Amino acid sequence: MASRTATPLYAKRRRRNAINMGLALAATAFGLSWLVLILGVLLWNGFAGLSLAVFTEMTPPPGAAGGLLNPIMGSLIMTTIAVVLGTPLGILAGTYMAEYGRYDKLTSVVRFINDILLSAPSIVIGLFVYEIMVARMGHFSGWAGAVSLAVIVVPVVVRTTEDMLTLVPDTLREAAASIGLPRALMISKIAYRAARAGMVTGVLLAIARISGETAPLLFTALNNQFWSLDMNAPVASLPVVIFQFALSPYKDWQSLAWTGALIITLAVLTLSIIARLLAAKRKSP
Amino acid sequence: MVDVALQGGTVQVAVQMDRAKVLQRLRLGDAAFRQITRAAAIVVLVILGGIIVSLVYGAWPALRTFGVGFLFEESWNPVTERFGAIAPIYGTVVTSLIAMLIAVPVGLFIALFLTELCPMWLRRPIGIAIELLAGIPSIIYGIWGLFVFAPFLQQYVQPFLIAAFGNIPVLSTLFEGPPYGIGILTAGLILAIMVLPFITSISRDVFEAVPPVLKEAAYGLGCTTWEVARYVVLPYTRVGVIGGVMLGLGRALGETMAVTFVIGNAHRISGSIMAPGTTISATIANEFTEAVGDLYTSALIELGLILFLITFIVLACARLMLMRLNARIGV
Repeated sequence: MASRTATPLYAKRRRRNAINMGLALAATAFGLSWLVLILGVLLWNGFAGLSLAVFTEMTPPPGAAGGLLNPIMGSLIMTTIAVVLGTPLGILAGTYMAEYGRYDKLTSVVRFINDILLSAPSIVIGLFVYEIMVARMGHFSGWAGAVSLAVIVVPVVVRTTEDMLTLVPDTLREAAASIGLPRALMISKIAYRAARAGMVTGVLLAIARISGETAPLLFTALNNQFWSLDMNAPVASLPVVIFQFALSPYKDWQSLAWTGALIITLAVLTLSIIARLLAAKRKSP
Repeated sequence: MVDVALQGGTVQVAVQMDRAKVLQRLRLGDAAFRQITRAAAIVVLVILGGIIVSLVYGAWPALRTFGVGFLFEESWNPVTERFGAIAPIYGTVVTSLIAMLIAVPVGLFIALFLTELCPMWLRRPIGIAIELLAGIPSIIYGIWGLFVFAPFLQQYVQPFLIAAFGNIPVLSTLFEGPPYGIGILTAGLILAIMVLPFITSISRDVFEAVPPVLKEAAYGLGCTTWEVARYVVLPYTRVGVIGGVMLGLGRALGETMAVTFVIGNAHRISGSIMAPGTTISATIANEFTEAVGDLYTSALIELGLILFLITFIVLACARLMLMRLNARIGV
């Protein structure tokens, strides 16, 4: 066909099309190659230092052998507290926006602000918690770290809860109302149940988001060389230890930083893949 | 509670009085739940208000000492306690600009590939892979940038750039100096990789929202795929694409860890993009815990306030644009 109608103009248009489609293909290859490169280097360097000792020993002084037990524990505890604090608040706020006040002025304002908080710089949230907790209490603490992570959890959970509850068909709500169920019971027994998978996805995404967060922990939880589960004292966390060790001149520390980075990335990727599978299962039937 | 209500309805042992009580209790519970959820929604607003108030409070000593001059002062000297924000602001803006220059065209082309060219069975895997790129924590980009990307740039890319642009008037200043590896350019490139997934996934979503009829009409006239994308899809989705770009920009401006690793933390403005510099977030991350004295801490918090205001404006514009597009499509 090209040969039959190959006027100069048409040939030019086809050529331009081919060039741009080639660019689109190249751009995709370019984008994907970064993923391969980053994960490849991470796996290579991370597995080199991976051993049982990483999970059973404390962070070492420079030049000695050791592991990452205390930062791993610190991260787990602070993440747990953050989820426990942030999830109920986020679910309740999302419930108001989708159920009680769907057409409220308040809801549209909260949605707008929440979307901004969702991508607000996390280091600013660290400064905020520093001002309200660390400066008031006079010392760095695990609690302050957990609260700053909770502030990051809230908008993620609000967003997914609202979205998922909005997807629940209104006929379900009407059916519940027609048998005389009060709204609070309709929400907790019907709407939450119908939206459960989506809401769990939101919480998983929130956990994935905070498990790699470093900036807000730098001046709230600070860091700790030693084993400490006292949440009133500075607590070590995996991202902060990676930050400290990677910028150090010691080879052992740098290698531990790579291993820590591998652990975080695997955890985050696993969480987001599980979240995605859950979301896909909800959509398919 | 539901059991009580159902029993009251079906078994009919309850006296009239009890039914009233049960109903009263249910009504109270409902009202309480409504108020609790409403309070939770208001807490979201309180968080935002709290961030602004606490930053202004913390920045107050610096605000009072330096006034508006803080924005234009270049020196950053903890010893003489003279602080100015222009160097970090410059670094933040320039790194984000480099990131956008690369990530916007690449992201749009990937979105074009995913919506027009890619075979159906490949769309989901590629989409997921790009989104996984968005899920990698920024500290991983940082450590990768420091140990892998920066040395690579230092050895292979920067000497080439210096040689290539060394004799061209304007570009020679831009690409001047020894190849440090770390610096503004490296930070900008890493930011580009980081915001690429955001721009791609939003552009893909808005491209997919274009009514097929419009595209089919254009194809029916004999348009090539590129012409459809350029003259039908892009104009139709322009507002949404700009919103997505601004969202990516908001991310780039506030990104901390990846930049802190590779920026070099030098408080000065250099004409060359290969020189080390600093950004607002990198300055705070590097110096906050070591800041001695109220004025120093306060100056850092004021930097945080400036960063928050800049990103707030950018993100607010992004959301407003995306909302405008959604209102038009009728989602």
